[in-house]
Amino acid sequence: MDRVIIITGTSKGIGRDLAEYYLRLGWRVAGCSRKEQTIEHDNYRHFELDVSEERSVVKMVRAVKKEFGRIDVLLNNAGIASMNHFLTTSLGTVESIFNTNFLGTFLFSREVSKVMMRQKFGRVVNYTTVAAALRLEGEAIYAASKGAIENFTQTIAKELAPYNITVNAIGPTPVETDLIKAVPKEKIVALLEKQAIQRFGTFEDIKNVIDFFIDAKSDFITGQVIYLGGVHN
Amino acid sequence: MQEKIEKIIIDVLLELNEELESNELQNPTQETKLYGGNGALDSLALVSFITDLEERVSDAFDKDIVLADEKAMSQRTSPFRSVKSLTIYIQKLLEE
Ligand SMILES: NC(=O)c1ccc[n+]([C@@H]2O[C@H](COP(=O)([O-])OP(=O)(O)OC[C@H]3O[C@@H](n4cnc5c(N)ncnc54)[C@H](OP(=O)(O)O)[C@@H]3O)[C@@H](O)[C@H]2O)c1
Repeated sequence: MDRVIIITGTSKGIGRDLAEYYLRLGWRVAGCSRKEQTIEHDNYRHFELDVSEERSVVKMVRAVKKEFGRIDVLLNNAGIASMNHFLTTSLGTVESIFNTNFLGTFLFSREVSKVMMRQKFGRVVNYTTVAAALRLEGEAIYAASKGAIENFTQTIAKELAPYNITVNAIGPTPVETDLIKAVPKEKIVALLEKQAIQRFGTFEDIKNVIDFFIDAKSDFITGQVIYLGGVHN
Repeated sequence: MQEKIEKIIIDVLLELNEELESNELQNPTQETKLYGGNGALDSLALVSFITDLEERVSDAFDKDIVLADEKAMSQRTSPFRSVKSLTIYIQKLLEE
């Protein structure tokens, strides 16, 4: 049977690379982003939406379920960051970061879990960041939004355990995508120096952890946060 | 509309009861207590029930609704306490 995966934030960066990877493996992939789709493939469906808009999320998940019949995996990949001292951070920035990162993760998890519950199978992977574990200065809001995701991950792992749904989170180190383009080089270098293994993360590093979390054999692995690069809380 | 909603609720309850085999759900009516107090559903059964119901109502009325409410877990005011309160609640969502 073809496996079905929903990945949020697939127009570029990590999400796009993952979508292309699972398509190569023969999966059916549904993705979304606010801007236009960038992937063309017979087994790919794109939804132009904002992950924090309840109605659009509900509609997308129902459409995917209808067309593909099931949803095996959800990757809550869509995310935005902002580097700023908290004293000079506007309320609007905080709202938009929490809306995309936390509300988006909440809405997709809720809607997709409903489908997974009936299948009595599901794998959800959420995204945090090493910045949350490291309490990195200058990333207070971004890290707080990811901290919320970590706690949420661990609690819903319990609430969903009776249905054979696991929920875990990956915490990447810096990976060279648009997300970190605006961050000054010396800040990145300082961050890399805090890691046990001091290099950028790659798409391969992320796939490796996600493949482990979503493996059918990982049915005893839930509520876990894995940071790359040897970072820990 | 009320009747149609009620019929969907009862159908979903009957289907759910094939698994639950609860006496109270053999013949559900408007008055059947669902959740809280001496309701027929525990919290695990409630979430399965709600998700099935959402899909059926959304298909029947061609409108995507979400059955989530801050009072969901309250015994006195939860819309999920009986077939009747749930019917009224769904009707309100559909009319929004
Ligand atoms: N790159 C890193 O160094 C790094 C490190 C740690 C964690 N992460 C995490 O990894 C994830 C992916 O990051 P990335 O580096 O691939 O970022 P990216 O290159 O900026 O891509 C982000 C993707 O998410 C989409 N997106 C953003 N906000 C959205 C919204 N409100 N609704 C729908 N789609 C939205 C974007 O498309 P649109 O703009 O068109 O909406 C884009 O497709 C994020 O959760 C991030 O926090 C990244």
